[in-house]
Amino acid sequence: MSILIVESLSKSFGGLKALSSVSFEVKKGEIFGIIGPNGSGKTTLINCITGFVKINTGKVFFEGQDITGLPPHKIAQKGITRTFQIMRPYYSLPAYKNLIIPLWSKRAKEFGGWRGGGKHGDRNTVAIDILEEIGFERDSKVPYKPASALPTGYLKRLELARCIALRPKIIFCDEIFSGLSVSEIAGLMPLIEKLKMEGITLIMVEHRLKELFKVADRVMALQFGEKIAEGKYSDVINDPRVKEAYLGSDEE
Amino acid sequence: MQMKRKERVDRGIKVRTEGIYAISSWREILYLVFPRAILIFGLLSLPIIFELAPYWKRVINIMCVYAIIAISFDFLANILGLVCLGGGLFVGVGGYFSAILNSYFNFPIYLSIPLASISGSVFCTLLILPCLRLRGVYFAIITLIYPLFFTRVIEALNILGGTNGITGLDSFPNQFVENYLIIFILLVVLFGLRRLINEDIGLVMRAVKDNDQSVRASGINVTYIKTLAVFIASFIGCLSGAYLAHLYMWAGLSLFALDFSIIPIAAVTIGGGGSLVGAVIGSLIIVPLSEFLRFFGTFRIVIYSVILVLFLTLKSEGILVYLTRKYQQFERWISV
Repeated sequence: MSILIVESLSKSFGGLKALSSVSFEVKKGEIFGIIGPNGSGKTTLINCITGFVKINTGKVFFEGQDITGLPPHKIAQKGITRTFQIMRPYYSLPAYKNLIIPLWSKRAKEFGGWRGGGKHGDRNTVAIDILEEIGFERDSKVPYKPASALPTGYLKRLELARCIALRPKIIFCDEIFSGLSVSEIAGLMPLIEKLKMEGITLIMVEHRLKELFKVADRVMALQFGEKIAEGKYSDVINDPRVKEAYLGSDEE
Repeated sequence: MQMKRKERVDRGIKVRTEGIYAISSWREILYLVFPRAILIFGLLSLPIIFELAPYWKRVINIMCVYAIIAISFDFLANILGLVCLGGGLFVGVGGYFSAILNSYFNFPIYLSIPLASISGSVFCTLLILPCLRLRGVYFAIITLIYPLFFTRVIEALNILGGTNGITGLDSFPNQFVENYLIIFILLVVLFGLRRLINEDIGLVMRAVKDNDQSVRASGINVTYIKTLAVFIASFIGCLSGAYLAHLYMWAGLSLFALDFSIIPIAAVTIGGGGSLVGAVIGSLIIVPLSEFLRFFGTFRIVIYSVILVLFLTLKSEGILVYLTRKYQQFERWISV
């Protein structure tokens, strides 16, 4: 069953066509990768689906509902969250207080906190539970440090934690592996698999193809705002058009 | 040669993070209560100290009014991240609304002030609502324009008493009520807002200042949060405006004066932003200072600016931030 259906989505900024008639479907519970060279419209695609950018033409359906043109907070309340490519934590707040914001939203209230934490249960406790689950040591000082004092690895986790706190159905991960060391990525991998086990659909925009290959079920490739391939990872990566997009064509 | 270095050590009462304390003795409770008690009792005793100087008792009222407006500015600027120069707008609208209710509709004073605050803040919020998309200096300019706009409208159309203003408002029964009403309002506003910004909704407001995009992605309507904060700030401003109109028994164009927009900024810079108490401390310094400098005639603006510049260059973090640090940390010299 498709949880997200995108139908011929187009977006242009002035004369520049950022996306032209992109269509795809994502099944419930899978990890869907989006790859493509720089400037191929991957982040714009996420922005369009999550409502941060207005769509020119096309439709987006989530669980059969038309969510085209809804404001970002309405879309988030339906259960579609995202991380940002440039991390956007609340730098002035301590790490665990960062999670109070999603926990304060309507959607989190409906779910009554996290994992049966009471309906009006203490958000601080819930926040620290989530942080522990995502790799912050509960008894260390790390969850209580201001976000501005955290290293990149923890900030990426914090971005994910902010999504998880909302009890999402879909998480868009915008280049979650970029800027991380190999060992930090290895630390994130089990987390992503765990989210998949919990039935959350992940849509990952990624430049680190090797790491994406380990987790993604299906992959879509974009170039100049057009879909050039979709399918199993090995098929997509061997597609001549994808090779051309990444490496340049032979004729030149 | 032996090197020495200053070491700072926290007084060991904080646990891990802001806002959580482990209190185990009366001494530690006193440590926490002491600064708050000084502020409360200091403010309450001001009218008694100046019992024999009626002029300075008037200054206390004005000082509290400026302190409340400075709190409202600090709340919007350093908690929500909207630099709002609408102090003059809030005071003017609050004052005129109260004057209309009291003078034209004969509402008694204890009804006209609260009603004017509520209706005035709804009015101000509606005015500011379309500009909430703007940020930084653009938002500041729009809010600065409104009081000038209303001054010209009242002047040109000669409505609401024109340049003479609305006169003959009810006054407060006596000076005791005058003094303690505004001090009481100031304390309630200060501690109420400080409570609010440490609640979860206050955290959401601080998050909007840090990054409104990720607040949106967390499923929260940022416009709603901003509207709510603007409503709170303008309510406080209108309240002090309504008080001021009844204090002067007159509502005129000078209620829209730029002073109400500009002096709070100076107060917050001197006192230190973000804590709301800094705004009060700043007003406690700057308003009596400017009264005191009247003695120097037109030369006072020069002295006034010199003092401001000295504050900005020598203690740019603000007095309260400096004092808090001194209070919460030991300092000692250690050899390296």
